[in-house]
Amino acid sequence: MTQSDGTHSGSDAGHMVNGQMVTVDGTPLKASLKRAERKRTLIAFLLVAPLLTYLLISFIFPIGQMMWRSVDNPQVVTTLPKTLEALDDWDGEGLPDEPVFEALAEELAIASANRTVGQLAVRLNYEISAARGALMRTSRSVEDFEPPYKEDFLDAHRLWNDPAFYRIIKREGNPLTASYYIAAFDGTYNEDGEVVLQDENRRIYIDLFIRTFAMSLGITLITLLLGFPISFLMASLPMRHANLLMIFVLLPFWTSLLVRTTSWIVLLQQQGVINELLIALGFIGDDGRLGMIYNMTGTIIAMTHILLPFMVLPLYSVMKTIPPSYVRAAKSLGATPWTAFWRVYVPQTLPGIGAGAVLVFIISIGYYITPALVGGQSGQMISNLIAHHMQTSLNWGLAAALGSVLLISVLILYWVYNRLVGADSLKLG
Amino acid sequence: MENENPGEVFVAFDRVQKSYDGEELVVKDLNLAISKGEFLTMLGPSGSGKTTCLMMLAGFETATYGDILLDGQAINNIPPHKRGIGMVFQNYALFPHMTIGENLSFPLEVRGMDKSEREAKVMNALAMVQMEAFAGRRPAQLSGGQQQRVALARALVFEPELVLMDEPLGALDKNLREHMQYEIKHLHEKLGITVVYVTHDQTEALTMSDRIAVFDDGRIQQLASPADLYERPENAFVAQFIGENNRMQGEVESIEGDFAQVRLDDGSMVKALKVCVSEVGDKTTLSLRPERALVVKGDAQYANMFDATVKELIYLGDHIRSRVSVCGRDDFIMKVPNSSDHHSMRVGQSVRIGWSEHDCRALDAT
Amino acid sequence: MKQPMLRMLGVSSAISLLAVTAVHAEDPVDLTIVSWGGAYTESQVRAYHDPYTAVKDHITIINDDGSANALAGLRSQSMAGNVTWDLVDMLPSDAQLACDEGIIMPIDADEMLAPAPDGTPASEDFLPGSLGECFIPQIVYSTVVTYNTEMFPANNQPGSIDDFFNTEDFPGRRAIQDRPAGNLEWALFADGVAPDDIYDVLATPEGVDRAFAKLDTIKDNLVFWTEGAQSPQLLADQEVAFSTGYNGRIFNAAQVEGQPFEIIWDGQIVEWDGWVIPYGPNQEEVLEYVYWATDTQRLADQAKYISYGPARASSAPLVSEHADLGIDMRPHMPTNPQNYETPIVLDNDFWTDYGDELRERFSNWMLRG
Repeated sequence: MTQSDGTHSGSDAGHMVNGQMVTVDGTPLKASLKRAERKRTLIAFLLVAPLLTYLLISFIFPIGQMMWRSVDNPQVVTTLPKTLEALDDWDGEGLPDEPVFEALAEELAIASANRTVGQLAVRLNYEISAARGALMRTSRSVEDFEPPYKEDFLDAHRLWNDPAFYRIIKREGNPLTASYYIAAFDGTYNEDGEVVLQDENRRIYIDLFIRTFAMSLGITLITLLLGFPISFLMASLPMRHANLLMIFVLLPFWTSLLVRTTSWIVLLQQQGVINELLIALGFIGDDGRLGMIYNMTGTIIAMTHILLPFMVLPLYSVMKTIPPSYVRAAKSLGATPWTAFWRVYVPQTLPGIGAGAVLVFIISIGYYITPALVGGQSGQMISNLIAHHMQTSLNWGLAAALGSVLLISVLILYWVYNRLVGADSLKLG
Repeated sequence: MENENPGEVFVAFDRVQKSYDGEELVVKDLNLAISKGEFLTMLGPSGSGKTTCLMMLAGFETATYGDILLDGQAINNIPPHKRGIGMVFQNYALFPHMTIGENLSFPLEVRGMDKSEREAKVMNALAMVQMEAFAGRRPAQLSGGQQQRVALARALVFEPELVLMDEPLGALDKNLREHMQYEIKHLHEKLGITVVYVTHDQTEALTMSDRIAVFDDGRIQQLASPADLYERPENAFVAQFIGENNRMQGEVESIEGDFAQVRLDDGSMVKALKVCVSEVGDKTTLSLRPERALVVKGDAQYANMFDATVKELIYLGDHIRSRVSVCGRDDFIMKVPNSSDHHSMRVGQSVRIGWSEHDCRALDAT
Repeated sequence: MKQPMLRMLGVSSAISLLAVTAVHAEDPVDLTIVSWGGAYTESQVRAYHDPYTAVKDHITIINDDGSANALAGLRSQSMAGNVTWDLVDMLPSDAQLACDEGIIMPIDADEMLAPAPDGTPASEDFLPGSLGECFIPQIVYSTVVTYNTEMFPANNQPGSIDDFFNTEDFPGRRAIQDRPAGNLEWALFADGVAPDDIYDVLATPEGVDRAFAKLDTIKDNLVFWTEGAQSPQLLADQEVAFSTGYNGRIFNAAQVEGQPFEIIWDGQIVEWDGWVIPYGPNQEEVLEYVYWATDTQRLADQAKYISYGPARASSAPLVSEHADLGIDMRPHMPTNPQNYETPIVLDNDFWTDYGDELRERFSNWMLRG
């Protein structure tokens, strides 16, 4: 330290005061540095603040809300608190006693007047069929019920005679529920309140998750197989020709979805251009027309078309940076063109392959409009069911649970990818 | 070619022409014979066709016309990987996803050599360039000079008889470059291989080569040993490209045997060696190396003696670089040796300078 | 209720201002009316909106084609506390859900709706069972099986739901909607269950199995549609020989566009469609509009533009010819006696109770392809 002080002698750049470096005016150097840094941090923060706010409002908050909705379960707790209290004393066997019905009568009347019984009925109907009918019908006449209430209830709807109904009310009398997630994995509660798999003919989601992942993987592979040669060509062509090819690759980006869909229908349908062509060429007979739309094939064809640019762009940008001298070097070292390509060229495109594959796979997993339009039934993916629960069945809790499962599985996949390949090797262009 | 080729011809270009677009020739009627064990450098400015020649020899470009022969065999139609020619690339082209050991092992592997033999050869080749300790590293973990050595070792590991080098030292700093020049030269001497080396750096070419082919405009302008090239350039381009020289334009006034009397633009007469001129009245460029123009001391006599005015002096340690005004030009450069009398020169001072008619060459007009 | 208050203040201050200049004009009002789009909205525009705004020039009607997701929309608007819809066209089952959740206005029919021309109160004039707690019916529509006549020889044209399930005599692909409602009813009907017993059978697990077993017999020939516009499209492209679909859209394709479609009225599934009133910003104006747009003449007028039956008994005799084509609309109405021999009336109570369970099973059945 003294040595370095020596070099500064003659200038006032730095001093030692009580073993601490200070600036010219005597402020401790550390504090001064911190102040200077603080200003920089503040400016940096102000620069990203608009984006941060935007992300918070449009992305993080809604995702948080979605995940919250997948476990949020306020209906029973807020509408039937006294009933739940009374049900605490019930052992779960047979029908509960009069106090439960008394509380029910009182609270259903209030709920009916507040018009909150509808939400309660919808919520319980997810757990047991006919619960909606039971609650709505009962709530319309509950004003006229007289003690002892039990009999009036049992007469009002057959469901009140089923002990399972009370077990469900008790089980869902918790502000948080796992039942949306259980349903999202094709599970249900059995008589004893244990989680079991649904009846085989009501299982959908696991199969659909598997199908979604399998289709996404397939689409990723096809885009890779189709995208690799074209990217390779573009990377080795002169700029002018490469740009022209790039326009062809990007064309699906610039076409409206409706135009694209219409053209797929014209091309792919049973009376469509491709089938007619195949028949005219004698490859298939008139009765052997291929079903290429409104099924899984249709979804795969259409999504491959849309997602190809997401594979080509990162591949191209990586290939563009690979100098031709590597392949030349390999050849000069005695490698055949194939060995040079496979052992020297391809490994260097891995960052592009990785980036393209991750992009295409993640986008496919969440794809929804295209399968809905050209996928028929066998071409539907999990997002279509999420949309169905958002818009048609209005079971937002289940939609949120399915969405969260999808989100988490994508994160897990990304983590695995990161472990295997390393995210820093991702090259997006 | 005036130089006789010692030893047998190993590589030959026979009337080779190359065009990329069918309109313009980048290599024009190239004839070149390279002997076994020779270190031949192709030197020239960028766009002169030297790299194209190297690429044709390596097999990455095809000759539009003519034959390229290797050991007497035409190789025009043999793909690069079957030519067995080692090559060092401008940016080394070490495979970034392989370790140094794997990089060296690669050419042996594709030749189907078994593992133990491969390992021995790899270590041997690394030892040759003092890089044994780095076999497990990746190229990105090495410095430029280290990568250069590895690239060299990789081009040599499969024991080719011919090694091509495409500006291999271009990316290194000056000190390292000089060091590597000697190292490559020593390897060449030790292994007895034939080397075809491409560079645009004349010092590098002069340092390393047995012979240098100076390229310009798709042709070999001169093919000669470094000394010949420097001492006896055959045309104005070579004279200017190799080393420094004073160029003076003039017209042949008379011819006497091997010498010509040339009248410069300002009227002064200079006697020079007749190289590219044949008749009286020919336009010519006289070329004179700065170190061959001397300050006349005492009663020394030269064939060409002029009065000059010192315009600028730059002290460079071993010599003083002096710009003088003479024969109507202001840019005449002399290298005055740093002897004890150097301080006699002052800017603005008049001096008498002179040079021998053997050192001044009458070349083609440019 | 804050907003109408504020509006009132705004209106009164505007009026006091205007009073100074002694000019009387009503504040311009935009009514946002949500409906199903396409030919259906068009029929409402021509029968209701245009004549109404011609009289009330301070009213502008904005059409929103959001009915397909009306319940989701109503929920999110009321949750966000910003209701922008004034009037919504929706199905009675969704209307009941919205009504139970308290996000739409209850209807007092005799108070809020016009009586029939002969003085019959609205509650008696609307067809039995059609008025809901919060729901004002406009039309009866039906879901029917239709076929492309060009896909069968002239001497062998199908004519019943049985034929729809008979792939041997009537080969070709069939398109059905990708949800259980309607399809399960037809399966049981084709399996010999009488229309009146269908929902009793479907309420038992055995009945559900029976319906799916019947659907299995034609599964290899099935294609599924989602949006109403798809079924005439699939038929026109000859992608399918049969398709289920809404009778109004089929009518348009067949009569207006001249497609070779024939409706099988056997086993038509009948349902209502109508208005609900959210707690939107212009309640006074909306109530006035609804009173006018649901009167006897207006409902009969709508049938000039689309082949859906009016929901009022008193409107039926007023149904006449198509406004553009000039053809008699009565044979094309679902409620025409000849068409109404074996109707299945959709039971919304059943579907609200069992819908979730059956939808899961139906999805599973479809996806198992």
